[in-house]
Amino acid sequence: MTSEQVTAKATTPALGRKHRRRMPPEVNILLVLIGIALVFEILGWIFAGQSFLMNVQRLRIIILQVSVIGIIAVGVTQVIITGGIDLSSGSVVGMTAMIAASFAQASTWARPVYPALTDLPFFIPIGIGLGIGLLAGIINGWLIAYTKIPPFIATLGMMVSARGIAKWYTKGSPVSGLTDQFNFIGTSIWPVVVFLVVALVFHIALRYTRYGKFTYAIGANVQAARVSGINVEKHLIKVYAIAGLLAGLAGIVTAARAQTAQAGMGVNYELDAIAAAVIGGTSLAGGVGRITGTVIGAIILGIMISGFTFLRVDAYYQEIIKGVIIVAAVIVDVYRQKKRKV
Amino acid sequence: MAVSPSTMAAVRASGAIPQSEYLLNVENIRKEFPGVLALDNVQFRLKRGTVHALMGENGAGKSTLMKILAGIYIPDQGEVHLKGLPIRLKSPLDALENGIAMIHQELNLMPFMTVAENIWIRREPKNGFGFVDHGKMYDMTAELFERLNIKLDPESQVRDLSVANRQMVEIAKAVSYESDVLIMDEPTSALTEREVAHLFEIIRSLREQGIGIVYITHKMNELFEIADEFSVFRDGRYIGTHLSTDVTRDDIIKMMVGREITQMFPKEEVPIGDVVLSVKDLSLKNVFHNVSFDVRAGEILGVAGLVGSGRSNVAETIFGVTPATSGTIEIKGEVVKMTSPTQAISHGMAFITEDRKETGCLLILDVLENMQIAVLQDRFVKYGFVQEKGITAACTKMSETLRVKTPNMEERVENLSGGNQQKVLIGRWLLTNPKILILDEPTRGIDVGAKAEIHRLVSQLAKQGVAVIMISSEMPEVLGMSDRVMVMHEGRVTGFLDRAEATQVKVMELASK
Repeated sequence: MTSEQVTAKATTPALGRKHRRRMPPEVNILLVLIGIALVFEILGWIFAGQSFLMNVQRLRIIILQVSVIGIIAVGVTQVIITGGIDLSSGSVVGMTAMIAASFAQASTWARPVYPALTDLPFFIPIGIGLGIGLLAGIINGWLIAYTKIPPFIATLGMMVSARGIAKWYTKGSPVSGLTDQFNFIGTSIWPVVVFLVVALVFHIALRYTRYGKFTYAIGANVQAARVSGINVEKHLIKVYAIAGLLAGLAGIVTAARAQTAQAGMGVNYELDAIAAAVIGGTSLAGGVGRITGTVIGAIILGIMISGFTFLRVDAYYQEIIKGVIIVAAVIVDVYRQKKRKV
Repeated sequence: MAVSPSTMAAVRASGAIPQSEYLLNVENIRKEFPGVLALDNVQFRLKRGTVHALMGENGAGKSTLMKILAGIYIPDQGEVHLKGLPIRLKSPLDALENGIAMIHQELNLMPFMTVAENIWIRREPKNGFGFVDHGKMYDMTAELFERLNIKLDPESQVRDLSVANRQMVEIAKAVSYESDVLIMDEPTSALTEREVAHLFEIIRSLREQGIGIVYITHKMNELFEIADEFSVFRDGRYIGTHLSTDVTRDDIIKMMVGREITQMFPKEEVPIGDVVLSVKDLSLKNVFHNVSFDVRAGEILGVAGLVGSGRSNVAETIFGVTPATSGTIEIKGEVVKMTSPTQAISHGMAFITEDRKETGCLLILDVLENMQIAVLQDRFVKYGFVQEKGITAACTKMSETLRVKTPNMEERVENLSGGNQQKVLIGRWLLTNPKILILDEPTRGIDVGAKAEIHRLVSQLAKQGVAVIMISSEMPEVLGMSDRVMVMHEGRVTGFLDRAEATQVKVMELASK
């Protein structure tokens, strides 16, 4: 009798609440995106006498610009969900761009890095690039998982070293004369396709696979995850390896787009990627974040940069404003967590 | 009508207000959180120089009421009178300045600062140059400690202190504000018996000084030992206030749960099977030594001992969290290596840890995500993809079987009460169909109703042939539930007692050997 009463009491509120489904958190951030776009549209008509959005060329540039940051941000988002951070992605972009490009040179080029290895089929430089990125990620993950140094420090080390390797590789000179086969991935709308495929794959991975469930669990409570039988060390290596792999992919796309590779490629990309994730609702405290949010976050960043350029705002101001936006996004994150606690 | 702290202080100093009978008088307090009515027209009266216990199941509203009195929450409606004057508290600092201090369950001290610095923070005595006068601060602290009969060096760093001593520092800090009202939230949950006795001495001397003490506890015997009066709350409503000399234990339980709990420890006699787990000479360097025991199918092995006797460490080692430095673990007669929880799980073990928040719950994730995480190791996954339908159905069913009170499976676990969080964790492990279940303080901080349900559940599992190891600091629980009791003291097993011969006295003797 008494037990029946308890169950009845427990289930009644459930019926009332069940249909009041939580709004996906992306809706808010999507509204922010639309709001920002409209503000630029209006400012465009006032100050430049033309439309900001009704310009196919501009939209194309925006999404191409977003793609590279976006590919990195998909990896960084997963790292941040585990409660970590990856500062090395920008440097890994530079390093993989250089190394991949050196295996993608055409025999017609005057001074290839490896004269014996020109005109290789496209999958060789791409495979090498992905491999280098993966290796950088595995090193990050291994350091964090087994030496227990903070992710900030481990990836800071990788950030400095990978940039060093990028410069040392050709003693600073760019790698040019890449094959058309290799450059293809950077032409037309292909970078966007790569980005969207990457985003879709990891959106599915995070939401529907065991890999995803474990990633969130580790970010929510690493001790509890360990006691629940998750091999935390192995999983962290996986997550950082994926982040490294995607940074490598971004490096390949960057080189292919530019049809050349330079050691300075990807500087500060890690910060843009982290910003995209955080703007998109990923919590730096771990356990919270979605790829859809990150994609929107990356587009917001892209639109801001393009919008400011369109309005002829000085590049220096752009950087200042970008900094403010990143801080604002983190403030929103902290506020959200605070609200949750009460 | 709100009175500012400074006016209040002036009024208090002038002695102009007639001494009201009640230090605190709370009327018609209502507090609503999104989706929950936490307090519904609640009243509470605290007399001068009394210890007033607050009783109630988790989620009854005690903590919410205390947080309102401590200025952490602001009530939606209702009045708080302090010594007859209406006040409206806006922050914890506000409460402190009005003479209401709260000692939280989670201690709020700064580990890398000294005891004296912690006590006088924000109020440090200054010398002529405006620098902190450490000498004077030391003297003030020493004086305070003498008054409270606390034997601690004011210069020691808080991180070097035991939990009990930190508690003493918190109390001293609260007293240093010359508070009239002291709120203690389950202050004995981490203390040994001797430390509890000391705490009670301090509480009694504070009471003699006319301070009113609000004392939240789940422990019935403490109520009878220390409290003069008690108030009972249930589901956010005020049930009643009584003198603790007027009632029996059963009366209080009846008031708390609104129904009678006929059997607190529904231990069922079940046939005991073969040895499932056998531990031989297990040691973890500097922690515990030469621990040997067997557990059989259907048996509940209780593990008793003081906090710090190594009980939890043994459990962690058996489960592979901290691998042993020597000794063997046998499962069904086979020696197995246990170097990670993953291995332990693959051998059919489950471990419900002592600290729900630290090592159990994924607080920011929902009920479903919390329940599924262990079973996903080897079931409900195909080609890496989680079989959402199957796992959701299994978790929902488990949640219903365990009667988890939650609006739905998408509710964040941090929004559930302690008892329901514990049920979610039990559900997490039952989904893995364990053969060996290790429970570390399975009912700590859980209300009476949920406690009985968990006990019933453990009994049922034993009946189904699960070998259970249950670590507990609650003597009635150990004695009521166990087939055998293993007692530990300072990292060594000091003895085993059969169900028939186990008594509180015998266990305590072994635990302090």
